[in-house]
Amino acid sequence: MVAFIKLLGRGVLNWVRETGRIQLFLLQGLALAFVPPFRPRRVLQEINQIGVRSTLIILLTALFTGMVLGLQGYYTLRKYGSEGALGAAVALSLIREMGPVLTALMVSARAGSAVTAEVGIMRITEQLDALDTMAVNPLQYVVMPKLLAGLIAVPLLTAIFDVVGILGGYLIGVVLLGVSSGSYFSGMVQSVEPLDINGGIVKSLVFGLTIILVASFKGYHTEHGAEGVSRATNQTVVLSAVLVLAWDYILTSFFM
Amino acid sequence: MIQVIDLHKSFNGQAVLDGINLEIPTGKITVVIGKSGVGKSVLLKHLIGLLKPDRGQVLVDGLDITKLKGRKLQDLKKRFAVLFQGGALFDSLNVFENIAFPLREKARLPEGEIVRRVHERLEQMNLSLEVGHKYPDELSGGMKKRVALARAMIQEPEIILFDEPVTGLDPPMSNTVFHLIKKTHAVSNYTALVVAHDIPEVFQIADVVAMLHRGRIIACCGPEEIQRHSDPVVQSFIRGEPDFLEA
Repeated sequence: MVAFIKLLGRGVLNWVRETGRIQLFLLQGLALAFVPPFRPRRVLQEINQIGVRSTLIILLTALFTGMVLGLQGYYTLRKYGSEGALGAAVALSLIREMGPVLTALMVSARAGSAVTAEVGIMRITEQLDALDTMAVNPLQYVVMPKLLAGLIAVPLLTAIFDVVGILGGYLIGVVLLGVSSGSYFSGMVQSVEPLDINGGIVKSLVFGLTIILVASFKGYHTEHGAEGVSRATNQTVVLSAVLVLAWDYILTSFFM
Repeated sequence: MIQVIDLHKSFNGQAVLDGINLEIPTGKITVVIGKSGVGKSVLLKHLIGLLKPDRGQVLVDGLDITKLKGRKLQDLKKRFAVLFQGGALFDSLNVFENIAFPLREKARLPEGEIVRRVHERLEQMNLSLEVGHKYPDELSGGMKKRVALARAMIQEPEIILFDEPVTGLDPPMSNTVFHLIKKTHAVSNYTALVVAHDIPEVFQIADVVAMLHRGRIIACCGPEEIQRHSDPVVQSFIRGEPDFLEA
């Protein structure tokens, strides 16, 4: 019993310590965005890495998600004779929930793992130490641009996801199943409110920051060589996915 | 001058540095020898503030680097350069950009001057200008070390720390790197600390040799004196005898 309590206590203390460390890491990383040199070029490079290079996978995921929503929505709504509400159902599902969450999960799998591997390899090959010895703050040079890029790229990718998903729903609902084009779009315009869009934007901002924070933190504190990089990458994908879903619940309840 | 005073460092309860005292004279090459895993690189990382000691001081011209923070620490680091064991070249930058990196970050020079200086360093390291376009993963081990040395030298630092500069290189390339260290030192007269275990090659370049054993400096003298040192541990290491003293 005592051993169990000790184990539990150690686990809780480790969790508190790790949470504190990650929060300090975030504050330091963001604060350095306001300290010269400002490094806009590095931020653009990271937007390319995290955002532009994720576009194709977001387009594909969004298209198929919208098509599935169109198909499922049509057959569900037809039971109640409400096929005309298909546009509203697809748009609300995407803007409020599926757009931000699926975008975040795809970015986490593609860019989050890449960020951890990149920063982790820089750690184990002493590239971060090399920056430090050149009086260049590795947090400012490596981590801060990635955090800003996450904040900028993920909301934009989410917007792309929403638009392409709505078009996917249109393809299935209107082109394939014969729902009227006018009712598809008019239902959407009538039912989507500014609060829905704002909620989606806030979620995508929080998710973007969370994914890149976890990915950078895990990479920055990588230990034990190649195996450590592999473990850190794995932890990034799992932890950021769990955090995205947990944040989604918290933010959804806030915006309801 | 760099003075290391009563430096202690433990990892997971195991003492790695157990009261190091060492003086690194200005403008000389000091070589720290010792077996693998004895803490030579740990000592080196304390000299530039990459690790914080549990106890003790590292004085650089009277300034204790273990106590400095922020701008003062950054200013002191600008006087240093480090040649890391694996080179620590930035994967995402080509050779030219790697060597130019410290100048672009800190010196604010016109691009033409940066190009001139990088080409000068490439030539000094017997590397062709075409190498400048290659990425680190396209280089051999010896080329990586020479590029890393060029990067370390580019800002003409007062102090250069070499962390096992010839590990993993074949004997001719090891001699080339030692020769380059000697040559660049003769030109720039920087203060050097070389962490190595390459006997007898290090004696060619050393002004002072210190031996680290069980967390302490057990001998510190000129290269000729250390070869005649009376301590059996020093003699055993220099002669490369099997590790029976540890048994």
